[in-house]
Amino acid sequence: MGRRILLENDHVPGIETIDVYRKHGGYRSVEKALKKMSPEQVVEEVQKSGLRGRGGAGFPTGMKWSFLAKPEGVPRYLLCNADESEPGTFKDRYLMEKIPHLLIEGMIVSSYALGANQSYIYIRGEYMWILDILEKAIAEAKAAGFLGKNILGSGYDLELGVAPGGGAYICGEETALIESLEGKRGNPRMKPPFPAVKGLWGCPTVVNNVESIAAVVPIVNDGGEEYAKIGIGKSTGTKLISASGNLVRPGVYEIDMGISVEEFIYGDDYCRGIAYNKKMKACVPGGSSVPILPAHLVTKTAAGEDRLMTYESLADGGFASGSMLGSGGFIVFDEDQCIVRNTWNFARFYAHESCGQCSPCREGTGWMEKVLYRLEHGTGNLHDIDLLAEINKKIEGNTICPLGDAAAWPVAAAIRHFREEFEWHVTNREEAQRKNYGLLKESVA
Amino acid sequence: MVKVTIDDVQIEVEEGTSILNAARSVGGEIVPPAMCYYSKLPGTGGKCRTCLVEVAQGSEKDPRPMPKLVASCSTNVMDGMVVKNKTSERVQQNRGGVVEFLLINHPLDCPICDQAGECHLQDLGFEHGGAKTRYEEDRRTFDPIDIGNKIKLHMNRCILCYRCVHVANQLTESRVHGVLHRGEHAEISTYIENAIENDFSGNMIDVCPVGALTDKTFRFKSRVWFLKPMEASCECTKCSGKAVVWMFGNEIYRVTARKDKYGEVEDQDGKTGWICNDCRFDKKDVSKWNVEGPRKIDRHSVISQGHYLSPRSGAQKTIK
Amino acid sequence: MGSSHVDLSKRHTEKPSFSPEKLAEVQALMNSYPEGKHKSALIRILHIAEEEFGGWLSIETMDYVAELMNIQPIEVYEVATFYTMFNLDPVGKYVFEVCRTGPCMLVGSDQIIDYIGEKLNIKVGETSSDGMFTLKTAECLGACGYAPMLQCGKKFHEHLTKERVDEVIASYREGKVPN
Ligand SMILES: Cc1cc2nc3c(=O)[nH]c(=O)nc-3n(C[C@H](O)[C@H](O)[C@H](O)COP(=O)(O)O)c2cc1C
Ligand code: SF4
Ligand code: FES
Ligand code: FES
Repeated sequence: MGRRILLENDHVPGIETIDVYRKHGGYRSVEKALKKMSPEQVVEEVQKSGLRGRGGAGFPTGMKWSFLAKPEGVPRYLLCNADESEPGTFKDRYLMEKIPHLLIEGMIVSSYALGANQSYIYIRGEYMWILDILEKAIAEAKAAGFLGKNILGSGYDLELGVAPGGGAYICGEETALIESLEGKRGNPRMKPPFPAVKGLWGCPTVVNNVESIAAVVPIVNDGGEEYAKIGIGKSTGTKLISASGNLVRPGVYEIDMGISVEEFIYGDDYCRGIAYNKKMKACVPGGSSVPILPAHLVTKTAAGEDRLMTYESLADGGFASGSMLGSGGFIVFDEDQCIVRNTWNFARFYAHESCGQCSPCREGTGWMEKVLYRLEHGTGNLHDIDLLAEINKKIEGNTICPLGDAAAWPVAAAIRHFREEFEWHVTNREEAQRKNYGLLKESVA
Repeated sequence: MVKVTIDDVQIEVEEGTSILNAARSVGGEIVPPAMCYYSKLPGTGGKCRTCLVEVAQGSEKDPRPMPKLVASCSTNVMDGMVVKNKTSERVQQNRGGVVEFLLINHPLDCPICDQAGECHLQDLGFEHGGAKTRYEEDRRTFDPIDIGNKIKLHMNRCILCYRCVHVANQLTESRVHGVLHRGEHAEISTYIENAIENDFSGNMIDVCPVGALTDKTFRFKSRVWFLKPMEASCECTKCSGKAVVWMFGNEIYRVTARKDKYGEVEDQDGKTGWICNDCRFDKKDVSKWNVEGPRKIDRHSVISQGHYLSPRSGAQKTIK
Repeated sequence: MGSSHVDLSKRHTEKPSFSPEKLAEVQALMNSYPEGKHKSALIRILHIAEEEFGGWLSIETMDYVAELMNIQPIEVYEVATFYTMFNLDPVGKYVFEVCRTGPCMLVGSDQIIDYIGEKLNIKVGETSSDGMFTLKTAECLGACGYAPMLQCGKKFHEHLTKERVDEVIASYREGKVPN
């Protein structure tokens, strides 16, 4: 088992309470940052750590923080993105549910670094019970003097609020999140202006993922350089991976960046291979939005090198033969799964989640879903496959927010790598209808 | 002032001007089509994506091209920027794609649509539409509804430009209609039967780029190109009283605001010439107006030729 | 055909009204935002209203929320129809939202959905004749590693099998939240 920096204490009984959390070293980073460091020094440590955003895009967190506009007399906000809705991703939930104080601690230190006196955690509405957990933790932190006025006598004030969504994947997009937090429909905003200049209520705002914010705690405690020692190249630190699909042991794992994909899938410390001794057919390594990889490109790159769990290695080969680390939603397909069905399923997801304000995404996602539905349900035609590829190209890059791309990429990749299977669905309609997929555990001999 | 080149035409405009407005300042072929942006309504734009252009050079300082096409209505020019609209094959292709998206669920009922002849989607479809629809699915349909007793909403035709929502927000005290649901189910509605009763609500009709919002008092069941548009004015306490009356013989069939060649309401006396509902809906008596003379309308090709977009053959029913 | 106006037969006959305690909670939520920004509390208040007034948002409920928050009713309708958690039609006492997205499908969510439907004798979107259960599907709920799963209220039921579904339903029938 690799090092556990974030989840070190996830199995300690009572770790969700502030007392136990503090006994295990909790809130040290607040003491250190507020008493011994300037906000700029905290930002500097985060820059040195090489931490990259864990929400999916992988943008360097320290750099993002350095872009925050700081006009005199205007409040600044830090928003934690706990919308976690990318299919295949459930790591933020695990972290918040098990160790809520780690997120609260990260929020305090990060807000201090950014000069925010009011911060919010925006959590997906379906995680309402976690909202309760977080509010309880916030109350405890406040009672212990880590929130409120003049925290630990440092003169720094911070209030922390939690706000729920109402069921909308798009609210994970940072400007849609801001709209939603303002009590509106989650329509992404046009950029520029970027949130760093005009965000919540028109004020400079930083949006960061739960895991990114939690990672700031060990970075402040041990120093950015220590953190950067873990991992390979520009993929530093540890990463939470949500493993799902046909695995012996799915779940949330904290890995050192740089372990091999092979080890992650088959290793005893991790997923322990494919369930029921089946073979792997494909893998979506970074959440539903990233390109699917056929088995031969999962553990090895096209050049025959070992594929590693890093931003770079998973992307090796570009869209032709690579994918992305994305949000770390690692979905594994066994040999009996149907790629067409899954592609349709994902397309339905994006059509369902499009906010509908820009025409390529509103119309294009719905169109792709309908064509894929027909292919999967035995009434597609061969020309539909090329049509899909074309609809795809007309969506990609032409939308307001990246949801359009996120909808287009999985379809493009599935056709790229599994074209024969799409064709087979047209030429062998009946057999395709009978094909098994997604069997329940008990039904498998 | 900054210099920008659009399709080989050099333009000098003030800093902070959008690419679209820079192009409009010269006019002609280089102006990208705009279905959602409306210069008189702050906050509009960015949604329809018909105004996409290619930025071949970002600026003098940073000459790198922009990787994606950008919405010209909501991207500002930079000094030394080089933009391609008509001259970019990529733009033409992708705009064609956007038009196809806008049309897949459109009823193509131009022959019975009040907007025919002055519809921006009709123009675009004429210019960019493919020969044959590739959409084999059932079209999305909604029942037409009345919003108030003067305005009809045909949601089937709506392209969700959000302009009418901005009119309600910016010209009226309380908005009762808006965008409901999301994704391909998004629709303009009032949710419950709800009249839009407000002095300026009728302007929603004028900003609608298609025939989704129409004037129920427009009794004439024929084509706009049979009507003579006349500039007319009246004494009005609520608005400028400067309008276009659309006449057949000596009768007024409909009243609209005065619009420029981009379909936008013109300024009157230094302010946007929105007209009030009294002028629009209730003054159909010629004696109430001082008819000043013919209004020059920048007729699009489709107006004069009466071309319709037609539902093309090849559409096949789908199971589901 | 999409209907542009709601079915007016489904309404609350009485004007909803929060208990004094709930009203205080709602006021506190609005006050927790900076001056003039209380609209930020809308989504959370809608969740509370749904819970308080029968598990769904009637026009009366939404108009009441608009009135409390001093915003236009359309602003509430726009939000309530955007977010899929809100029920715009009456629902049963317990609403099962079964995840149908890829990772869940890979391990049998389609069969779970079918099974629940059979067992309760309803289709997706319907409510059982005794008014106890409504079956809905949902997109990825963040339990992919513990799939198949369903959400009922604040509770996630994970690692579902047919037997487990039987237990869950039986327990709710007895009015107990299964653990
Ligand atoms: C459609 C869409 C959905 C997204 N969903 C999430 C999400 O659920 N959680 C998240 O942290 N980031 C999500 N993101 C990424 C955010 O926009 C943003 O980049 C991120 O929260 C920044 O935090 P980070 O830099 O710490 O990763 C999403 C982006 C898009 C375009
Ligand atoms: S790409 Fe889709 S989700 Fe994003 S703004 Fe456009 S319609 Fe909305
Ligand atoms: S006019 Fe620019 S996007 Fe619609
Ligand atoms: S796919 Fe079902 S919970 Fe994620």
